[in-house]
Parts: sequence; C-alpha cells; structure tokens
Amino acid sequence: MIYSEKVMDHFANPRNVGEIENADGVGEVGNAKCGDIMKMYLKIDNGIITDVKFKTFGCGAAVATSSMATELIKGKPVEDAVKLTNKAVIEALDGLPPAKLHCSVLAEQATKAALADYYRKNGIDPEPIVGKIEDCADCESCGS
Amino acid sequence: MDKKFIYADNAATTRVSQSVLDAMLPAFTEAYGNASSIYKLGMDAAKTVLASRETVAGCLGAKVNEIYFTAGGSESDNWAIKGAAEIGAKKGKKHIITTAVEHHAVLHTCEYLEKHGFEVTYLPVDEYGRVTAQQVADAVREDTCLVTVMFANNEIGTIMPIAEIGKVCREKKVTFHTDAVQAVGHVDIDVKAMNIDMLSLSGHKLHAPKGIGALYIRTGIVLPNLIAGGAQERGKRAGTENVPGIVGLAQAMKDACADIPAKNAVTSQKRDRIIKELLKIPQTRLNGHPVERLAGNINISFRGVEGESLLLMLDMNGIAASSGSACTSGSLDPSHVLIAIGLPHEIAHGSLRLTFEEDLSDEDADYIIQTVPKVVGRLRAMSPLWERICKTEGLNADGSKK
Ligand SMILES: Cc1ncc(COP(=O)(O)O)c(C=O)c1O
Repeated sequence: MIYSEKVMDHFANPRNVGEIENADGVGEVGNAKCGDIMKMYLKIDNGIITDVKFKTFGCGAAVATSSMATELIKGKPVEDAVKLTNKAVIEALDGLPPAKLHCSVLAEQATKAALADYYRKNGIDPEPIVGKIEDCADCESCGS
Repeated sequence: MDKKFIYADNAATTRVSQSVLDAMLPAFTEAYGNASSIYKLGMDAAKTVLASRETVAGCLGAKVNEIYFTAGGSESDNWAIKGAAEIGAKKGKKHIITTAVEHHAVLHTCEYLEKHGFEVTYLPVDEYGRVTAQQVADAVREDTCLVTVMFANNEIGTIMPIAEIGKVCREKKVTFHTDAVQAVGHVDIDVKAMNIDMLSLSGHKLHAPKGIGALYIRTGIVLPNLIAGGAQERGKRAGTENVPGIVGLAQAMKDACADIPAKNAVTSQKRDRIIKELLKIPQTRLNGHPVERLAGNINISFRGVEGESLLLMLDMNGIAASSGSACTSGSLDPSHVLIAIGLPHEIAHGSLRLTFEEDLSDEDADYIIQTVPKVVGRLRAMSPLWERICKTEGLNADGSKK
C-alpha cells in the first residue's frame, strides 16, 4: 500500500489537532470497533468558520483526511463547508489507496456532523441542509 | 549522524545474510547449470541441490528424500493441506482439524476445501493462543483426514504443544501437518521425535531470499503431485530447480539451526526487558504466552491507539514494526488471532508487533523502550477514543489511575 506525500505530510504534521472549548458545533462519527473515530469542533462567528479542531483515532489516512477536511473548511462560510465532499478531500490529498476511501467519507461526515450540531444549537433542523448522517453501523467498509 | 533505523519486523521477512548471499552468488553466474543436464555443469548443480536437501533434512531430523523444495510457506501449506484432503476424500474422509489462529495460507486453504465438501473444525485457543493435545484428541473423528496446527504463531509468537499433538495424531492414525514457517531456526525441531508427518517452512523468514521454501513429507505419505511437468522434486513439483534459492535456503537453515538455545537465551532476555518496560505504559497488555513464545516476538496492545498510525509514526522515528491490526493490509478487520485470544475489537486495533533476533543491540533496545511510549502518548493525545476511556474510567490523561 502506498500513501501519497500529501497524506504522509498531513499524518506527520496534522493541522488543527485539538479541541475547542464551548465550540459552536461538535460532531463525532465512526466507532472503535471499525478502528476509526473522528471528532470535529467548530468555532463559528457570523456564519464563518473561524476555527476548527479535530481529534482522530484511526489509521494514517483517517488522520490525514480529518486534517485535510479541517484545512478545507477553515475560514469558509458554513454554506460552503456544508458542500465539502469526500472527493474534494481525496483530491486535495493527491489520492488515497482504494482500501482507505472510507476514511474520506468519515471526514466528510465528521464535518457534516459538526455543522448539524451547529444548526441544531441555533434551532434549525439540519437535515434539509446537511442531509442525513449515516450511522457507522450501516457502513459496509469493515466486516464486523 | 546517520538517521536511526531499527528493523524489528523479522516475522514479516528478513534481510538476506552475508553468508547466504555468498553461498548463492556462484549459482547465478558460475554454477548456473540446469540440474537435469547431463554434462558436468548440470551434474554439479544436481549435486548442489542434493547437498542442500541433505542440509535441510538434517536440520529437521528428516531423511533427504522427505524434503521437497517449493516457492515458500504458502505453497507448502497449500500443497500439504489440499494434498491430504485429496487422499482423505478417496477414503471418504472429509474432515479436517485446524485452529482459529493459523496463517491465512492455512485458513484460506481450509475455507476453500469447505466450499468443496470438506468439514473443518477450527479449534478455539486459550487466552494465550494455545490449543491442547486433548482438544485435538477430542476433535478427531472417524472421517478426519488431517490435523494442521501451526508450530508458532506469526503474530503473537505463541508456541503450540506440537510434540504432544503429534503423539495424539500418531495414536489416532491421523496425518499431522504443521506450518513451522515462524518456528524453523528459532525452536529445535525433530520431525521424527515430534511425530510430524508434514512440515512447511519458508526461506525468507530465516535470512534466505523470498520465494524459496520446503515441505517435509514423511515417507509413506503419497501426496498428489503439485505441479505436472518434468521430473524435478521426484516428479511431484515440476519446474527447473531454483538452484540459487535452494542453496540459500540450505545455508540459512544451517546458520539458523545451530545453537538455537544459546541464541534464544540472548534474544529472550532482550525481549523480556523490552516487554517489562513497555508494560509500564498505562492501559497496555502483552498478547501471547509469557513463556511459551518465540524468543524474538513481542506483541503489545495499547488502548486508545490505532495500529497503523502507530506503525507509521514509529517508522518516522526509525523503527520498522508491524501491527496486529490487519488494517495495514487494506482490510479493516482486526487480526483474527487477537480476536481469537479474546481481545475486544477496540483493543485489537491498537497492537504492536516487534520481532527481532539476538543481534538487536542493547542500544537499539533502549531506543525502542524510549520511543514507543512517546509515540503512544502522542497518538493518545489526539485520540477521541482515549479521551473517552479516560473520562469514563476516571483515569488521568496519561492513563494512570487517579
Ligand atoms: C506462519 C506463516 N505461515 C505461512 C507464511 C507464508 O510464507 P511465504 O511468505 O513464504 O509464502 C508466513 C509468512 O508470511 C507465516 O508467518
């Protein structure tokens, strides 16, 4: 299996690791059984994501995709962040090995889960905006 | 200063040793004849192959005609198991006994046979990864054609009670095969005393090149031919002999099988020191048997840490190691071995395997002892799972009890 240099860079020097106290949106996806969990924290001022942090338990690609997702949405309006796709994460990382594609899906979902939390906190139903966030139990990536 | 590099993954593969390389080189450019040819160059090659076969046989307590060269451990396993199954099927015996912790070369072969009408019993193992001879005895049926139990486990290093299992199989008159790929050169083996009928071994785990191995087949077991063609390997496995590989395998076995107890004493002392130090990291456990284990195998799980990122970060720090998490091989399922010894998925994902030999320097052992805790700490600091463990179990951030 080969990781691109970008993936290795984001694994070795992950951007935006950590937590945000009193975050405006927090999302967590994945589970320990499958071997990856991502948690994302957003600070949102006037509809702009002014800060984002993440914590990830998972493989190199899981760390790299979460790191890249935070970079892609930082400083962006929430309406743009909602449109983040796993494909964009993959492209920004110069590709992922086939077995690791699910990590990019998880990064997209972690972002969406955090945004959904933000909308919910503001009394807005997130589902029409960010869509349904699939439960990891339905994911077929891992055999368990 | 040179960048630190410690290779601690000998169970995956080994470097070809200088003595093996020296033994092989002439077979490429000088003694390059085909062992089937009649002129001197060919006859010399045939003599070299014979001498190599004698060496390999000698290391196992086998007779020279009982050694068949193959392209490695997987091929030997496939041949032994499918061959024994074919013999069994002719007598209406279509039951095979194996264990839950075998290498995939054995497990997937058994699964293949299940699809072809065989019944396979996968013996469960205890918390250390062992089966007992009694379990085997209890599982043997009228229609059992083969028992296949690995000699030593590739992930957790646990050594199985092979001599006892061999005795049971001999008493019950069932063919007994063992995958000894991880054991040869690390455990003294005598196929006769241990009542082993077939044994698989692989060169690249003992400083010979990849792609050469052997299968010991006891006289009296007439295994179906593996590859049809020329008369090589007594017609059982056709194809012009890989003379350099064969010479290399023989040299590697000669080197590895000499003074095993003395080498193990040195290696296991290093192993036990590293284990003792790494277990000081909170929320950590040793996998495999504390004593009945390969002298150079360490397998430890760290809660809250995922195996692949552990390996990548260790590699960035100059340590090449392996993990029980099969995530590295592209699947998300944690190791079947760690699950079989009863680890929850969550912990099975975060394991580290270090495999080395007596030449691991004390300095390198120290470096491992210093580096692993740092890397585990760094990964735990960014792990939401670790955060949750500490919170729900009331632990300090480093995992120590409050
Ligand atoms: C226990 C065991 N059996 C079989 C094999 C396969 O051997 P080879 O790589 O020579 O096919 C290995 C090595 O990966 C092993 O560790």
